[in-house]
Amino acid sequence: MSDLMVIINMLALVYLGWFVERSLQKNKSKMWLFSGLVVVMLVILFTLPNYGPTYSYIMVTTILMYLVLTVSWALFSGPTGYISLAPAAFFGVGIYTSAVLGKDIPLLAVVLLGGILSFVLAMIVGALTLRLKGTYFIMFTFGLVLLITNLLLWYEIKFTGTRGRFVVAAGNDTIYYVMLGIFILLLITAFIIKRSKFGLALQSIGQNEEAAAHMGINVTGVKVIVFAITAFFMGMAGAIMTMKWTYIDPYSAFDLFRSFLPVLMAIFGGMRYFYGPVLGSVIFAYLEEKLLTEFPYVYKLAFGIVLIAVILYLPDGLAGLVDKIRARIARKKNALT
Amino acid sequence: MEKFLDVVIAGLLLGGLYALIAMGMSLQYGVARVLNLAHGEFIMLGALSTWTLYTVFDISPLIAVAICGPITFVLGFLIHRTMFRKLLSSSTNQGIFESTSMLASFGLMYVISNLAFMAWGPEIRGYSYLMDTVSIGGALFGARRLVTLGFALAIGVAFYIFLSRTKIGKAIRAAAQDPATAGLMGVNINMVLAICFGLGAAMAGIAGVLVSMCYPVNAAMGIEYLTVAIIVVVLGGLGSIPGSFIGGFLLGIIGSIVSFIEPGLTVVAYYAIFVILLLVRPKGLLGK
Amino acid sequence: MHLLEGKGVSIHFGGLAAVSDVDFYVDEGEIVGLIGPNGAGKTTLFNLISAALEPKPGEILLKGKRINGLKPYQICRLGIARTFQTVKIFGSLPAIENVRIGSLFGPLNRLSTMEATKEAIELLEFVGLSDVASAPAKDLTLSSQKRLEVARALATRPALLLLDEIMAGLNQTELLEAMELVKKIQKRGVTVVMIEHVMKAIMGICDRIIVLHHGKKIGDGTPQEVANSKTVIEVYLGEASDAGD
Repeated sequence: MSDLMVIINMLALVYLGWFVERSLQKNKSKMWLFSGLVVVMLVILFTLPNYGPTYSYIMVTTILMYLVLTVSWALFSGPTGYISLAPAAFFGVGIYTSAVLGKDIPLLAVVLLGGILSFVLAMIVGALTLRLKGTYFIMFTFGLVLLITNLLLWYEIKFTGTRGRFVVAAGNDTIYYVMLGIFILLLITAFIIKRSKFGLALQSIGQNEEAAAHMGINVTGVKVIVFAITAFFMGMAGAIMTMKWTYIDPYSAFDLFRSFLPVLMAIFGGMRYFYGPVLGSVIFAYLEEKLLTEFPYVYKLAFGIVLIAVILYLPDGLAGLVDKIRARIARKKNALT
Repeated sequence: MEKFLDVVIAGLLLGGLYALIAMGMSLQYGVARVLNLAHGEFIMLGALSTWTLYTVFDISPLIAVAICGPITFVLGFLIHRTMFRKLLSSSTNQGIFESTSMLASFGLMYVISNLAFMAWGPEIRGYSYLMDTVSIGGALFGARRLVTLGFALAIGVAFYIFLSRTKIGKAIRAAAQDPATAGLMGVNINMVLAICFGLGAAMAGIAGVLVSMCYPVNAAMGIEYLTVAIIVVVLGGLGSIPGSFIGGFLLGIIGSIVSFIEPGLTVVAYYAIFVILLLVRPKGLLGK
Repeated sequence: MHLLEGKGVSIHFGGLAAVSDVDFYVDEGEIVGLIGPNGAGKTTLFNLISAALEPKPGEILLKGKRINGLKPYQICRLGIARTFQTVKIFGSLPAIENVRIGSLFGPLNRLSTMEATKEAIELLEFVGLSDVASAPAKDLTLSSQKRLEVARALATRPALLLLDEIMAGLNQTELLEAMELVKKIQKRGVTVVMIEHVMKAIMGICDRIIVLHHGKKIGDGTPQEVANSKTVIEVYLGEASDAGD
């Protein structure tokens, strides 16, 4: 029963992602219907703690965490083609903000501060490294996460004499509401960026950076600012999520898998579509929650196989598959009439 | 001064292993353009297979080199013939191939490591072999480590001769320089790339055998060695095989010196070098 | 005052002088041809003017103001636009979006989205690509892609347009169209500098020709003067007669 509620809420989340994509298209037919449905979906999501058992919204919180990481990752890396493995760093900065300041300042202020600090870190990293091309950029962001982890570990052992620290906990429903709020804010931000000329600038950078620069686009500026905006969301997600975990250390806060998972979820869902990464992360997050604890190796093995299969045979991911099937059905209909 | 000499020798012994690990990865990236994130898993395969061969079948690790090397070669060769070849033909340009192949290799890492978890379990394994010590300049070193260093040097030299003297070696160098022209010159480019990938995997497999002689091993060890390999590869210049060879020894010595001064900072120093190098000199210390 | 002026412009690549001590100028309303054998430094000079590279030493002045050290996007907004020798289009984007990017980001005074779209439509018609406006740029023919680059560059509202071999590989009809297009660009009030190997085009439409050889300027004058210059004939026309068209 509670699983059914989780699945309904997952569908609501996917719908929101699809709606953003639809609003970006020129096709404005039936928009009144779709907008009306958005209200319904929002009501379903926001009232979940009122009708669902605790387990259901804890689970949706985890799904939302992956959604925020993946959608913000894809917002920058999708159009530009710069594959960043830094999400774990930004997420971890949020976690540590929460761990250090959680008991001194109000919850929302902590979350916001976590986002701002990530934003600042991303500005610095971006300004330094977004001139690095391809593989070099990937490796830098990879090394950055590991450097921060180990530096922090050394610092803690050497100077505070501890490893890790306790975090001030918050209620499960509070965490859920804040995470949902972050996700919706992210969708709105993504919509604004994609519809504005920044969206076009990002795409042109991904297609041909040199030409983009000669067309009057401040390529470095655009890249750094959008990179930092996505880091802002990752930082906020880290700051709120950690209040569920109560105890963190550098390894768990800066877990490198949180850098890889958004990439994989986005590819799995289909990066050419806005709702692709939403679809990918919702499905994977759900399966992970269901299978990871009971069958960890089988789950991860399947994960690897699916990833390879998608890269080899479905370069546009699940969303691309959906498109293909729809096109085939439409063709059959045409053939029949 | 004597103390310093000990530190350097310890660094060289460690560096030999690093060099061997990195050379394989460098070959795979330098020629086949795959930054193989599953590289550490081939090391793990070599290490755990050696453990099984030794503890169950009583086969000496030195013989295991001759078993694990060819097996990992074939594995790497087949993986390239199927997976990466398909990616290569569907990628519109090299940049796209490099990112997608890297992500595919990440999937491979998941597959291999979890298969290993299912086969060997998560337990940490170790065995005692060649426990004698050798005295160099008054300090004692494990004979196993000297064997490791010997292997690294021998493979490094053998590989150098292979590249510079044999026909396949020349084809590999041609392919690394300019794949399109090499293809026109009658080099079967897909075959050469697959051989390179296989050779890289074999070097990892052999390194794994040697690792298992010196350190405890388990199914989760891959990522640790992967990061070392990546650091060395960047240090020596991405894709440069001699660079990786020298870079390995360099990192070994640096690591040994740093852990002598402040053990807690060894890993930090590795990543700091890595990150700073990418910013200041992305071509690596020895890159042109 | 010249529209564009270069004083002692030079650049070295690892000890090799790609462009060395070149003085040049371009006046408003001209069509200037930039010719020279392969490797003479023509595209490098374009890269220097458009700030893809920075001259060391030397200075470049736009309307009397020094523009060295600026970024490419700033140069573009100051009024210098360019095309590329090997086309650099935004392949997956529709042709019209390629042009719209130019009009949204290029002009110094921002256009509204509506104005930008209107201008993009107008420019696609100007270069004769209205029919393929919504096709992904990568699906266009090479000659169409080159015209798309011209439209995209014009969308940035330049005072000066740098055209890098837009006529290479065109057939006779296309060549005549391209020459016509350059004339039309001049009529719009845009000054043009064009790198070209096709002698017929250069001689036919240029007001003035600058000749580079091994990174040095060896000729500068009207088509007649250049065609009659002994040095130019020796080092260039001799070699190019078989490479030209």
